[in-house]
Amino acid sequence: MNDKPKLNLERVPIPKQAPEERATNFDEVALGYREEQALQEAGRCIDCKKPGCKDGCPVNVDIPGFIRAMKDGDMPGAVRILKSKNSLPGICGRVCPQETQCELTCNLIKKGAPIAIGRLERYVADWEIAHPEAVERGGQEARRNGRRVAVVGSGPAGLTCASDLAKLGYGVTLFEALHVAGGVLMYGIPEFRLPKTIVQGEVDYVKSLGVEIRLNHVIGKIATVDELLEQGFDAVFLSPGAGAPMFLDIPGENLSGVYSANEFLTRTNLMKAYLFPEYDTPIQVGRRVAVFGAGNVAMDASRCALRLGADEVYIIYRRSLTEMPARLEERENAEEEGIIFRLQTNPIRLVGDEQGRVRAVELYETELGEPDESGRRRPVRKPGSEFTIEIDTAIPALGTRPNPIIPLSTKGLELTRWGTVLTDEATGRTSKDRVWCGGDMATGAATVISAMGAARRAAIDIDAWLKGSG
Amino acid sequence: MYRIVKKELLVPNTIYLQAEAPEIARKAQPGQFVIMRVDEVGERFPLSLAGWDEKAGTLDVIFLIMGRSTMKLASLSEGDCIMDIVGPLGKATEIESYGNVLCACSTFGVGPAIPLAKALRERGNRVISVMEARDEGFLFWEDRLKEVSDETHIASGDGCRGKHRRASEFITEHLKSGHKLDRVFAYGRVFMMMECSRATRPFGVKTTVALTPVMVDGTGMCGCCRVSVGGETQFTCVDGPEFDGHSVDWEVLIKRKRAYLREEAQAYDLWQPDNLRKIAGLAGLPERSSAV
Repeated sequence: MNDKPKLNLERVPIPKQAPEERATNFDEVALGYREEQALQEAGRCIDCKKPGCKDGCPVNVDIPGFIRAMKDGDMPGAVRILKSKNSLPGICGRVCPQETQCELTCNLIKKGAPIAIGRLERYVADWEIAHPEAVERGGQEARRNGRRVAVVGSGPAGLTCASDLAKLGYGVTLFEALHVAGGVLMYGIPEFRLPKTIVQGEVDYVKSLGVEIRLNHVIGKIATVDELLEQGFDAVFLSPGAGAPMFLDIPGENLSGVYSANEFLTRTNLMKAYLFPEYDTPIQVGRRVAVFGAGNVAMDASRCALRLGADEVYIIYRRSLTEMPARLEERENAEEEGIIFRLQTNPIRLVGDEQGRVRAVELYETELGEPDESGRRRPVRKPGSEFTIEIDTAIPALGTRPNPIIPLSTKGLELTRWGTVLTDEATGRTSKDRVWCGGDMATGAATVISAMGAARRAAIDIDAWLKGSG
Repeated sequence: MYRIVKKELLVPNTIYLQAEAPEIARKAQPGQFVIMRVDEVGERFPLSLAGWDEKAGTLDVIFLIMGRSTMKLASLSEGDCIMDIVGPLGKATEIESYGNVLCACSTFGVGPAIPLAKALRERGNRVISVMEARDEGFLFWEDRLKEVSDETHIASGDGCRGKHRRASEFITEHLKSGHKLDRVFAYGRVFMMMECSRATRPFGVKTTVALTPVMVDGTGMCGCCRVSVGGETQFTCVDGPEFDGHSVDWEVLIKRKRAYLREEAQAYDLWQPDNLRKIAGLAGLPERSSAV
């Protein structure tokens, strides 16, 4: 048994590649805890009577439970506890915004640094990969109950819903539009933040539960939602992702060298353009890159541009640091690597050459006025502040609008005024019988874990509904 | 994996493939396209559907060898597999009862023109087809086009088959001589579609063109294929691929299509020396042509 741990208010730092080194490669930035570091950090957990961490987790992982198992030296037990609630711990340990979730509600935060729950989660997930025989992975296929569910889109929501339902005995078919499963985890989040072998490992785990994955299937095209229901699926869960990227709506947005963040990241991550010409898909970066927007996707795009060889990469954001939507950790990583933040700056137009390539961007500075409907201070153009910078590549990272393919091809699916699918938050039910929805298609762009939470709730409701319907 | 059932070199640099893709064959409609990825390191690129057979579970495409990806595809043999085919993508052609319809087509556009003409005719339209080719040696599938058209004309660059050298010339003359056209479709290279659109504009005949910009995902997720139509940015993969030829900003389209010429050349030059054996069977290999 462990001795009662002393209250330690400093978390164990996670080893990272040095900024100047990592800015030139696509290898993972955060290297993960070594065993002694993980145990030391786990040792800080006081295993409190009323743990707050669990409530902060959208999928209710038994956080004190898996940390306790770690402290007891029972790593297979830690894996089992973690995976009973979260099929994708290697992913969540890396990309969840723990600082606004489980770590925010950790009781230690009242006195000092909360437990580094995300890093521990990652450690446990990586331990399992390194010890494949230690935990029974295969043979977990639940006894089939004869009912079938179609899941549309294999991103975080789709993988979660599919694995939850498979564990309950449903025959699940997961339809993916692209040539690999994983959705945004594969095409969007870069290798250096989330290695694709980790995603593949977790997709393989979902497969091992008996989920059938059908790649190259764009639902709404190769089969409609109504056809899936007619073909014998008892229920459909829609998690196709956010879809259509937004552009700046300024002159010059269709010049060559202007990439949506989605395109820039898809070329880089999914198509491996950073390995061109070994891989066939090219990407053009040039010397100077301007990324517009300051969310996590903007950070990812800017850091990819740097790794692809750009000399100077700007984040151009119309508000200030205070309003910046990116996670603090990602912003700091970007800053350390040398990304240049041009805050309170907004573009007027993109300027091209005769070949139609972007060559410069005209900008103005802003002042922040009263808060707008989003609660953030509204940027106002500062008179006479106009200036131009030369660029070779422009990357709007302004978020996405819902993809129209499923709404246009599905009868009786009610939409919100933003074009997302009208969905009951507690259950994931849509206006259409036997159709549920979760993830960005229901909420607009959000996080991996919130999509997983929605998928978990939908899986519970699908199960309850199908049992009720005999 | 999608097995190649049939392969044919139609004319120099122009390949016909038939591949097994039963689910796509069941749903395909005129005007739609597929995205292919030939192998593990391949890029994703769109090809218009030139036909499909629901019973046999196959689909047809015609393509020009333009760079490494199409060269790789061309180097596959019957029985080989294409790694990925996604579709049917894009909106289907609006097949309505227009009246007198002219379908202009050239090179790879001859393929999709056939299911289009067939569907238009089944809907009661009178269909005039005009096939444009560089010279006699580049004519193919004339018989197939005839089968689905009320009238078929050839516009050949060498003048081998009558006086019209371009489809657009035929259209201009046809309209000038007082014939009525209710709708024109133009499928083929950008220049040809642009010229056809120019020819019909003074007569106010609505002209539908099928655009083939660079694409990545083909499902509306990346915006690579955006074009400017009537001053609005549209995504070819989900809003198209067919647009009103009088509203398309051709300059933007052409410049965006040319954006990767340098990389194309680099990739092609690296691939070719190691693969000469595979491509030795393809007669009339291209001098590399511009992407337009």
